[in-house]
Amino acid sequence: MEFYLIDILILSCFIGYFAIWNVTPMLHSPLMSVTNAISGIVILGALQSINFSNNIVTTILLLISIFFSSINIFGGFHVSAKMLKMFKNKDKTND
Amino acid sequence: MISFINILIYSLFILSISRMSATRSAYKGNIFAIVGMGIALILGLINLKSEYQIYATMSILLGGVLGIIGSQKTSMSQLPQMVALLNGFGGLASGLIGISETITELQPNILQLFIIFTGCITFSGSVAGFFKLSGILKINDYETLRSTSTILLILNIIGVFYAYNGDIEYIIGFAILSSLLGFCFILPIGGADMPIIISILNGLSGWCTTLVGFSIQNSLLIIIGTLIGASGCILTYIMTKAMNRHLLKVIFSSINKHNEISYLHNKQDIHTGTAQDAAFLMENAHKVIIVPGFGMAASGAQYELANMAKLLIQKYKVDVKFGIHPVAGRMPGHMNVLLAEADIPSELIYSINEINSEFKTTDIAYIIGANDTTNPLAKTQKDSTIYQMPILEVEQAKRILFVKRSLAPGYAGLDNPLFYDEKTLMLLGDGKEITKEIVTNLENDSN
Repeated sequence: MEFYLIDILILSCFIGYFAIWNVTPMLHSPLMSVTNAISGIVILGALQSINFSNNIVTTILLLISIFFSSINIFGGFHVSAKMLKMFKNKDKTND
Repeated sequence: MISFINILIYSLFILSISRMSATRSAYKGNIFAIVGMGIALILGLINLKSEYQIYATMSILLGGVLGIIGSQKTSMSQLPQMVALLNGFGGLASGLIGISETITELQPNILQLFIIFTGCITFSGSVAGFFKLSGILKINDYETLRSTSTILLILNIIGVFYAYNGDIEYIIGFAILSSLLGFCFILPIGGADMPIIISILNGLSGWCTTLVGFSIQNSLLIIIGTLIGASGCILTYIMTKAMNRHLLKVIFSSINKHNEISYLHNKQDIHTGTAQDAAFLMENAHKVIIVPGFGMAASGAQYELANMAKLLIQKYKVDVKFGIHPVAGRMPGHMNVLLAEADIPSELIYSINEINSEFKTTDIAYIIGANDTTNPLAKTQKDSTIYQMPILEVEQAKRILFVKRSLAPGYAGLDNPLFYDEKTLMLLGDGKEITKEIVTNLENDSN
């Protein structure tokens, strides 16, 4: 394991800590579904590994993995958009 | 070039989360994240060997269509189930990557086994959460499940050594064992603790991504995964704080220890009223605080509630506020979403700390579908499961209107002394119907 990756991990922890505390409690549900959607970034892992796949079993496993993470990505973003639209509309009527 | 695009992608994600500090900018934040993900997907597909490109694109499209259909069908009160299920899929995706990595290499390393373990636990735990939240599975036998999960944990530890040999059948067995463990582990956790569990699983799906990032040496996955993991941890912290429960207690103690509910009083002590009484009381009040709980969402009463608040404010000049407990819904911030759905202005919505000092000067507390979050037993009864949980202090209001379907206890399985209080008027029935009747009465009454 390369050592700089640990540095990245620690720095990301700090960024995450400050970024998340900054989120208003009112939006905790959308926050969850957005983070849920972007956890689908793991799809890149599957796409990267599939290049090195040397038998049919791993290829199929990785394709299934791609399938599930894209459900995660599209479903998550769609739900968040649905929620955030409601908050957005509400602010408009108050103006 | 690729590292430059990586910088762009994670910057977009971080900006998208920091945009969520205000409701105004949050919608754009989501678009930032979508753009980031779009770039990532295109990048991933371009770098793919051409023979796989078509299959990968097809899986993405198929998954995308299913995901969008699924989320389209989800109503806002079903949101927690949906989020739990999606979390699970994220975990499953990581778990599958872990399995295929171990197959590709002759000798799996500990990191890959750990990915399989966390991925499968996140997946099956989320599925268990999904079943619990949607009410498909009702559990009574907590003790058996506890002991089963202990046995599974031991088997899992033994399984690590077998799987370390790298034989595919052992690795599959290890994955199945881990999945069973996650399922049996989450299932007996009390329903009232669901917001905590969802937050934990949300964080776990992020940590899975981080682990995969370490395994394939991709710094982008590490950054994003950690961001999500941090979000899950902080939300878990906020939720445990709001319920004043220790995290270990949530995980290791089943909430329904005694299934027998001890009723504190005679049922005859209860004063029931009609919607007409409620309307009369509220139009003559100066200040009304509405306390919604999950029952409100379950009966779909948020629109009627919005109408009621509007009428009271505009026609009768009543000071109306909404008091929201952090765990009022089934996930963090759930109630805010539900009230936003009904177009209730955010200035009327107050959190527990802001509203608790105001109950003293309140004429009427209108409690709809909330029970445990208002239960004064949390202050007095030491052996109750909700002891020391911060509650909305509705008992200080001059009168209490309690809308409830029946006198059955709430999620935590506790009786509520408020039912028998002299100043309480119970409105028994469906929350939506009753609120509707109140609205009709409010409309017809002259000022």
